[in-house]
Amino acid sequence: MSASGIRPGRRGRSVVTGIGVVAPTGIGAARHWESVLAGKSGIGRITRFDPTGYPVRVAGEVPGFRAGEQVPGRLVPQTDRFTHFALAAAEDALADAAADPATLPEYEMAVVTASSSGGTEFGQHEMENLYQQGSSWVGAYQSIAWFYAATTGQVSIRHGMRGPCGVICGEQAGGLDALGQSRRLLDTGSRLVLSGGTDASLCPYGLVAQLSTGHLSTEDDPARAYLPFDAAASGFVPGEGGAILVVENAEAARARGVPSYGELLGYAAGFDPTADGTAARHSVLVSVIHRALTDAGLTPDAVDMVFADASGVPAEDLAEARAITEVFGPGGVPVTAPKTLTGRLYAGGAALDVATALLALSAGVVPHTAGLGRPAPGCEIDLVLDRPRQTDPRTALVLARGHGGFTSALLVGAGDRPLRAQPA
Amino acid sequence: MPEFTLDDLRRILRASAGVDEQTDLDGDHFADTAFADLGYDSLALLELVNRIEREYGIQIPDGDLAHTQSPAEALAYVHTRLREARV
Repeated sequence: MSASGIRPGRRGRSVVTGIGVVAPTGIGAARHWESVLAGKSGIGRITRFDPTGYPVRVAGEVPGFRAGEQVPGRLVPQTDRFTHFALAAAEDALADAAADPATLPEYEMAVVTASSSGGTEFGQHEMENLYQQGSSWVGAYQSIAWFYAATTGQVSIRHGMRGPCGVICGEQAGGLDALGQSRRLLDTGSRLVLSGGTDASLCPYGLVAQLSTGHLSTEDDPARAYLPFDAAASGFVPGEGGAILVVENAEAARARGVPSYGELLGYAAGFDPTADGTAARHSVLVSVIHRALTDAGLTPDAVDMVFADASGVPAEDLAEARAITEVFGPGGVPVTAPKTLTGRLYAGGAALDVATALLALSAGVVPHTAGLGRPAPGCEIDLVLDRPRQTDPRTALVLARGHGGFTSALLVGAGDRPLRAQPA
Repeated sequence: MPEFTLDDLRRILRASAGVDEQTDLDGDHFADTAFADLGYDSLALLELVNRIEREYGIQIPDGDLAHTQSPAEALAYVHTRLREARV
């Protein structure tokens, strides 16, 4: 047995055949990708509540999401916004993959998502009811809507997916861990897994809970608030949304006659017990990247682009730049962080990064990191700025770190579903 | 004492537990369709009880309404409680 719990030699190929996106860059993979290529930011002053009086007033909000149109009517009042996002994204991903769950064996389909905050906004409303009106005013659905696994459960019920389901809480690294888990499930009897993550904690309760990290940017100018690897970096901007992917056994996808955006080639996770000390952080990230490469059977020179975690906290940016440089050499690989357009989406962030990486592989471009000015001293990485590079990348490494020490890496390879490149 | 009608039941169900696209709460057979067939589970009925208690100022013992099978039965049950409350 290996550390993954799966015997060597049994690993099949896992491919992504469908992508569903609900993000500040737009609803739907196509709109998101257009925004990425155009460098169109979804970050602005918070509108979901009045942020006056809070130290953080800028965030990435999903534009134009109407739960009443994109979520089954019964589930709108029964579930939180993070579940609404996932239900809409899952529906899109299945349609994109031309997969009809009703025609597939129910116990061979699974759902595994990441969640960082659970149903924060729903919970806030019910707590307001409790304190302002009394316990009999707390809705019965609070019992299930707040829960981290609410999204996985509702998606599983909605599509009749009765295989091994679960939720992973790895803060901002969780999106990669969920996809890593989907690969394990495909090696142990599942044929199709809905995986990824969403979060939606842009309410006073959710925001205040995040303030204690001291890592959120208090900059009021949306264009200046989230500048990872930049000399003017001042922390990160919170965002809402995420992505849900259809991950399938390659043989099952071929049997259905559907193309893939790409393949999950390798995955590793680690934990930095001294996350507050950035020196250790750097070495844990190095070891996680090496283990993901080993898992994929690749050497660093096979990696064509890196989607950075891009914390926006100067010390963490420096640690990540050092880790990338140690593995790939100074300027040895193009590095990008399209998440400057969305802010950090917590459990949805890494899932969206994987979706963006797959779209980039399909389009044959390295998307750029929009909005940065002068690189921070000491970050010796080849950051892709100003415009996308049309270099036909075949392999991407996605990095993610979560509060407290979560550290994950996922390698994805190009598939056979071409996208037309439309650089701005 | 307020009246409690099928329309009130529809209104509370819509607000508390929502309505699926394939379900027609305004159809002729609403009153006699089982709650399960309308898409409402035990949690939906628990929420229904909470709201009726709050709005109509009556007490509904745990499980009583959950034993009703359809809107017509729930309506008859609530009428009984309202009559008792008047006495």
